[in-house]
Amino acid sequence: MSASVGIAETGPEQPKEFAFTAANLKKAKAIIAKYPDGRQQSAVMPLLDLAQRQSGNWLPRVAMDYVADMLAMPRIKAYEVATFYSMYNLKPVGKHFVQVCTTTPCWLVGSAGIIDACKKQLGIGLGETTPDGEFTLIEVECLGACVNAPMAQINDDYYEDLTPENTVALLQALADGKPVKTGSQTGRRGSQAKSGPTSLHAQAKAAGVEG
Amino acid sequence: MPTLSINGISVEVAPGTSIIQACEQLGIEVPRFCYHERLSVPANCRMCLVEQKGAPKPVASCAMPCADKMEIFTDSELVHKARKGVMEFLLINHPLDCPICDQGGECDLQDQALGYGFDRGRYIENKRAVSEKYLGPLIKTFMTRCIQCTRCVRFADEIAGAPEIGLLGRNEMVEIGTYVESAITSELSGNLVDVCPVGALTSKPYAFAARPWELKKTDSIDVFDAVGCNIRIDARGSEVMRVLPRTNEDVNEEWIADKSRHAIDGLLRQRLDQPYVRKDGKLVPASWPEALAAIAAKLKGLDGSKIAAIAGDLADAEALIALKDLMTALGSTNLECRQDGGKFDPHARAGYLFNSTIAGIDQADAFLIVGSNPRWEAPIINARIRKRFLTLRENFQAAVIGANLDLTYPYEYLGAGPETLTKLASGRHAFAKVLQNAKAPMLILGSGAVARPDGLAIQALVAKLAAKVGLVRDGWNGFNFLHRAAGRVGALELGFVPGEGGRDLDAILDGAGKGEIEAVYLLGADEIDMSKLGKAFVIYQGHHGDRGAHRADVILPGAAYTEKNATYVNTEGRAQMARLASFPPGEAREDWKILRALAEALGKILPYDTLSQVRRRLAEAASVFRNIDSVTAAEPGPFAAASTGTVDNAPFAMPIENYYMTDPISRTSPTMAKCTEDFGIVEPRTGTHG
Repeated sequence: MSASVGIAETGPEQPKEFAFTAANLKKAKAIIAKYPDGRQQSAVMPLLDLAQRQSGNWLPRVAMDYVADMLAMPRIKAYEVATFYSMYNLKPVGKHFVQVCTTTPCWLVGSAGIIDACKKQLGIGLGETTPDGEFTLIEVECLGACVNAPMAQINDDYYEDLTPENTVALLQALADGKPVKTGSQTGRRGSQAKSGPTSLHAQAKAAGVEG
Repeated sequence: MPTLSINGISVEVAPGTSIIQACEQLGIEVPRFCYHERLSVPANCRMCLVEQKGAPKPVASCAMPCADKMEIFTDSELVHKARKGVMEFLLINHPLDCPICDQGGECDLQDQALGYGFDRGRYIENKRAVSEKYLGPLIKTFMTRCIQCTRCVRFADEIAGAPEIGLLGRNEMVEIGTYVESAITSELSGNLVDVCPVGALTSKPYAFAARPWELKKTDSIDVFDAVGCNIRIDARGSEVMRVLPRTNEDVNEEWIADKSRHAIDGLLRQRLDQPYVRKDGKLVPASWPEALAAIAAKLKGLDGSKIAAIAGDLADAEALIALKDLMTALGSTNLECRQDGGKFDPHARAGYLFNSTIAGIDQADAFLIVGSNPRWEAPIINARIRKRFLTLRENFQAAVIGANLDLTYPYEYLGAGPETLTKLASGRHAFAKVLQNAKAPMLILGSGAVARPDGLAIQALVAKLAAKVGLVRDGWNGFNFLHRAAGRVGALELGFVPGEGGRDLDAILDGAGKGEIEAVYLLGADEIDMSKLGKAFVIYQGHHGDRGAHRADVILPGAAYTEKNATYVNTEGRAQMARLASFPPGEAREDWKILRALAEALGKILPYDTLSQVRRRLAEAASVFRNIDSVTAAEPGPFAAASTGTVDNAPFAMPIENYYMTDPISRTSPTMAKCTEDFGIVEPRTGTHG
């Protein structure tokens, strides 16, 4: 993390130039076309996201410049957007970007243990990246999956009902490049109650719908 | 028209008026930080909360429009409680460093904390610290003091047209900055310091220099361009510490350009503080009687046709009339005030004035700029045009003939030279239609466009265009001449131009080279080619040891604009008075007094001994001086003398190479030198450095 959000990152990892690939350029044009004439600047957020995905889950400064120029808006306006939203990473992150939720509901059911397990398994602290560039670990505020707490987001996917044990297994599987299950790690379907379905059981039985 | 009551007083306001504006109409003060009447309204500081009857919570008066039958209270218990709460939050992260803060004594936060602050802090956590930002050579930052009102962001975005400052990050991490380290590329950046309600942005050259209560404040007029910005000069003792804008809605609103504000440190350098006389090729210090005697010895018996006078850019009207009267007494008609080589017709008054007036820009709907870079020649006028662009948006129509530069508003680039102008004047260009169809078309002719041998023909061509598209209409005169020099229009009004049989600039220089002109009087004229003066005896009267003084045979030390009571006429034809803020250094004297004394030494006594007598003479000489502070409009047309000359199709050259150094004061200013360096402007060779 930079000492200040108000000053651009200038690390050696910052590329000198950026341009959308042909495929992404096509996508970008489709995104821009969604907005009425003269309101193209509204596309700044999806375009920054597209640029972030193309750059390996982080947003170099030249990419922000590129998007701002593409939308004919002052570059500072793109910087404002990119620094405001926490989902834009202004510095490189690992291949697996582990964001563990530590807001109250997750914390009540043991997110601290999840964080500890991650730190131990990965050998890094919060805000750090493993030397091989595979994992970055951070804690985040509520991601809105409280019902399946504790949870973490790794890249685009949610991993829920975490325990220290299944977290370690999950990270190991990711490190080994094995397929992993997204969503609940305990096999719970959606957000149904942990003890299985509880409501309307008796009625369903009485009506002969359920055995 | 909604009618509402504020503190029980009924007031009727125009639709769309906000509550804070309605309060101001009644003279009720509402504290505010983010709200600024010339900027957009973000309503993020929450200091202007008022109570509205029936509303569940206090409302932000800056953003709430007045509605019929509203009942507003600005002094209730709820309001005080709300504002105290806001103030407490603002002070959580604001350092208690008023004793070392340059804003101290003129700080909105300090003042309002007196009214709404708590006598102790309840916040025991650490205050946050924010790293400093680099915003250029004129602005010093202390970002920990920032309260995130975003006035600077909006000023840069809206008024200056340099959207380079932003609000970065979020929540407690939020910071004002440029993100990428860079100076603000605007000639109006000094105003950021004025709009900042706290000490986050302060003036770098003025840092830790003085406290507001130590300064003697003098209302005056700016001379660094021909806009005639209203300024306040703050001096301590004999030193001018800073210059601030004064509000004048018709001229500069409440802004001034960076050169006007920061070139003043040049007033302390390379000053001429005693007379000099050249002896054996060297300038040696002399007393006043010696210097005057040296001039008398040369001029006595010399035929008037062999004497010439050239007035410089900063010459005041009092000095100009005194010099003109002296030259007339000596029998010379070789007067010239257009030291840039301007070739326009000096007798057609409408042809050399900014007839639409600066405030008139607010009505104009089509602009044609010819041979001018208003951003450098008159930043305040350029900002006014940008303001018009922000109002009209897609209906704003502007075109430029000349250099294709960033003027902070969009325009159609028509061409580089008179060729395009010819096309327009004959109606063969599409933009002629635009001007014709506009309600209030404005043509701005730069002084650089006519500072060339075919200047008269260019002016005539523009006059032809004016007639073709009908720039003059009912109550509207769209022909505008944009001057660069504060002293020029005053000189033109006084007829400080070649009289009958008189020589113009080229002829004077030519004559001096050939020996036909034996004595040249330079009244602060530094921009002419001194090498062309040949063997002529040169008298230089001025305040800086610049080009003219280097060439002079006798130097008479005059007063700079901050050191004299003087009248200047701006490009609109508005006479305004500059006032003495500090005394001229050493032996230097007010300029008209020098000329009065010289005339006496030459045996030609000028009929005035006091400033009021000089001013009476001015009023006699030209009507513009009878009408101080308001525009003396010109009869609409003719805009130029009939010209038979042919137009040369060479592109218009921009007269200003470096905005930050255009005159003897700014050329000696270290701050302006720093700006030149930091903005990467190649400095033209001046011969005064080193």
